[in-house]
Amino acid sequence: MMPIGYYLFLSMALFLIGAIGVITRRNVIVVLMSIELILNAVNINLVAFSRIFGDVAGQVFALFIIADAAAEAVVGLGIIIAFFRNRETVLEDEMDLLKW
Amino acid sequence: MTPSGYFLEHLWLIPLFPLVTAALMLLIGRRLPRSAVSFFCVGSVFLSFVHAAGAVFQLLAVAPENRVYQQILFEWITPGAMPGPGGLVNFVADWGYLLDPLSCVMVLVVTGVGFLIHVYSIGYMGHEGGYYRFFGYMNLFMFSMLTLVLANNLLLLFVGWEGVGLCSYLLIGFYFLKKSAADAGKKAFIVNRIGDTGFLLGIFLIATTFGTVRFTSQMLSDPVAYAGILETLRAMVDQGRLAYGAPILTGIALLLFVGATGKSAQVPLYVWLPDAMEGPTPVSALIHAATMVTAGVYMVARMSAIYQLAPVAMDVVAIVGATTAIFAASMAVAQNDIKKVLAYSTISQLGYMFLALGVGAFSAGIFHLMTHSFFKALLFLGAGSVIHALSGEQDLRKMGGLWNTIPATSRPFLIATLAIAGIPPLAGFFSKDEILGHVFNRHNESLIMDRYLFLWAIGVVTAGITAFYMFRLFFQVFRGRSRVATELEEHIHESPKSMTVPLMILAFLSICGGWFALPVLWGENNTFGTFLEPALRGVKDEIGGVEVGHHTLFKEYLLMMASVGIATLGIWLAYRLYLQYPKLHSKVAAAWPRLHNLLINKYYVDEIYDALFVNRVKDLSTAFGVVDAKLIDGVGVDGAGWLARVISRISMWWDKWVIDGLVNLAGKITNGLSVPVRMFQTGVFSSYAVLILLGLAILLGYYGHHMHMIVRNLR
Amino acid sequence: MLDKVIFFFFAGVAILSAGLMVTRRNAIHSAVFLITTLLATAGIFLQLRAEFIFIAQIILYVGGIMVLFVFVIMLVRLDVALHQIQFSRQKWVALLVTLALALEVGVMLWSSRKVPGQGFLLPNAVPAGKLPPNTEALAGRLFDAYLLPFEIASVLLLVAMVGAVVMAKKRT
Repeated sequence: MMPIGYYLFLSMALFLIGAIGVITRRNVIVVLMSIELILNAVNINLVAFSRIFGDVAGQVFALFIIADAAAEAVVGLGIIIAFFRNRETVLEDEMDLLKW
Repeated sequence: MTPSGYFLEHLWLIPLFPLVTAALMLLIGRRLPRSAVSFFCVGSVFLSFVHAAGAVFQLLAVAPENRVYQQILFEWITPGAMPGPGGLVNFVADWGYLLDPLSCVMVLVVTGVGFLIHVYSIGYMGHEGGYYRFFGYMNLFMFSMLTLVLANNLLLLFVGWEGVGLCSYLLIGFYFLKKSAADAGKKAFIVNRIGDTGFLLGIFLIATTFGTVRFTSQMLSDPVAYAGILETLRAMVDQGRLAYGAPILTGIALLLFVGATGKSAQVPLYVWLPDAMEGPTPVSALIHAATMVTAGVYMVARMSAIYQLAPVAMDVVAIVGATTAIFAASMAVAQNDIKKVLAYSTISQLGYMFLALGVGAFSAGIFHLMTHSFFKALLFLGAGSVIHALSGEQDLRKMGGLWNTIPATSRPFLIATLAIAGIPPLAGFFSKDEILGHVFNRHNESLIMDRYLFLWAIGVVTAGITAFYMFRLFFQVFRGRSRVATELEEHIHESPKSMTVPLMILAFLSICGGWFALPVLWGENNTFGTFLEPALRGVKDEIGGVEVGHHTLFKEYLLMMASVGIATLGIWLAYRLYLQYPKLHSKVAAAWPRLHNLLINKYYVDEIYDALFVNRVKDLSTAFGVVDAKLIDGVGVDGAGWLARVISRISMWWDKWVIDGLVNLAGKITNGLSVPVRMFQTGVFSSYAVLILLGLAILLGYYGHHMHMIVRNLR
Repeated sequence: MLDKVIFFFFAGVAILSAGLMVTRRNAIHSAVFLITTLLATAGIFLQLRAEFIFIAQIILYVGGIMVLFVFVIMLVRLDVALHQIQFSRQKWVALLVTLALALEVGVMLWSSRKVPGQGFLLPNAVPAGKLPPNTEALAGRLFDAYLLPFEIASVLLLVAMVGAVVMAKKRT
């Protein structure tokens, strides 16, 4: 049986890769995918702890996070389609309406 | 018994009919066909005439003492309490109509003659442009004139007075593209304003003296609340607060007379009337002969109660009247324009009327007003028919020999000419004789010569001149050899029925209109005078100052013979000079060149007025113009503008550099302070994500330090 | 030993394909690599005896969400984006920050290994054979203690669905 530390390292690695994706990619769709990756890393964390402690509650939350990811993906992609229709682009540094 | 009945209760309809059609014409008349315009406009005047006649008959049904009908439609001007005789009075000028014998005569003349002239206009104006406009103005005039004669107070009368003035202006300038017509309109308007100033002042003086402008409170439900001038005057005379010859009454009478001289073209304000002939001929007939110019006579007769107590004013009226009569008659002698001759004749006849008023023979003045409106309307309409036949020719020297060419015009014209010349038994004879008789009666027998005898002499001479110039006109137009231009000769044609039928009716009236005075021939009173007497009685018989003193029948006949004789003399002279020896009159003119020039040029009155008033006013205007340009515009307006500009420049500088500077400074400071913060706000979400991660790293760094301590402790 | 082999296999696949996903120019390639990552993660879940999450991961993520992604990628015209610069100007800063984070977390995790009974080397509390049937346990928890959040999650999904439809709808 693997100690918890391996899973935590795996989770951290995936999280950081996802974070790099969010920060550096200009294509918003890839950014959204990276966010999915981050959420997945969190899931690994939750399920691992659930296994270590023998408590199934962690898996329940993992389930919620999957649902949440689905919702987020749906809304995010809807926004992307609407934005693309207006501006003909999916590059995030052109989405600067929030600028001062 | 008080007068009543449908027509009296609907007195207000009489002026309303023409008003409605006038509004119709002036608003949508352009779109109506000519037949509709004629139908509505002439029909409305006819309805007015029917209502007027009905009202008069219903008024005649009661005893002479009760022949007053008054109707107050609404209170029009109610300024409230003002000082009057015997404390504060509540001054009210109402919109009300009054029908008494005096307004009966006027309303019948206005609607009757007005209707005939409207019918005539259908033919006369048939080929003119602006047909609807002409009839709109004519109906507006009818409304104003009827308001004038039916008004129950002076202020409403003044409304009508100004209304007819306006319509006169509009109709004189009907051919407004012609400069002379437009100028004539302006002249009429301005000269009338001079008179109206006096009239208005007279109204104000009456209002302050009597506290009311209503003529009478007879036949009103509450005579105390609705005070009338007549009753107030009577009360004040009874209390001894006003007496015969009181200065204030003389002032009122003179001021009102100033108004009358303007409207009725008396010396010195007569100059507008000859120029007013620029208007279409029916206008000259209706406004400048039959109705509007008699408004002054009507007004003075309406205020007869005041005039009877103002002997000085009466003398002024009589003298001005007589002067005007002979002055205008002499000018008519030398005129060559057919309408100008008639215009001067009108002025002269109006002078007669004022002469009658001035000697206290108010009913005789109104009588002459009525007969004059018949035969003068006929003369003008006949002249219009002649002009129509000659395709617009107005010069007497280019007429002649039309007697049999246009019989339907020439026969009535002869009747009118005889009537104005004063040949019995036509209307003009009776009325003129009545006036001269009254003037002569005022003559004090114990003196050889007094002013009344002098006035009478003027009147008689004027009658002779009148006969002379009228027959000069008649002979030149209808008799003798034709001098018509040959190209016009073949176009000579009789006027249409719509024009000749009114001429015949007016001819009939010119013959019979004077027969009210027939009883005078056998020593009785003039029926017409008896009818009018209640309306003209004045406040006190004994101080009226007019002895109606019965002249003997013999003297009456003597006077008649004198006037008929001099008229015949005038006719004979005209016959000799213009018909028997057609060259003779130019020889006569050549014999007295100066006199002839004087008459041709109308005594240079227009030139004198120009030199004395018009040009002086122009000079004054020029001077004021210079003052306006240099002082007001230059120093005042431009100076103020310059000052404002300087101040605004200073203010602008202050605003720009100090106020705005402070505001900008505050903004700049804020802006400068925000630069480091703003740098983070890129609007790109990934940079925000970097910041989040950075924050996380910092937090973890700090937290990791603590964890390190914990782990070490545990170990 | 087998555990280790399985774990490292799945972890290696997950990390490798995650890195490829982030760096691929073509979004479709990214999506394929993300799917690989998610499948590898699903294997990790199975190793952790979370069968229900494993199935949910495959069905929902790989079968549902990723299909949605691929759809959108095809709807949005990306051939233009292909020829543009793929990484933003702040990539070096971002990498620096991420490295710092990795260092910190790694140090913390590594330093916790010496604590007895917890931390990095914490063992399983329950042996694998004594675990209750996973789906049953999960369902018992979900529909008992977490019933209300479960319902709220359903509402959340409904709202997201409606919102997506509204936003993606053509303005008339």
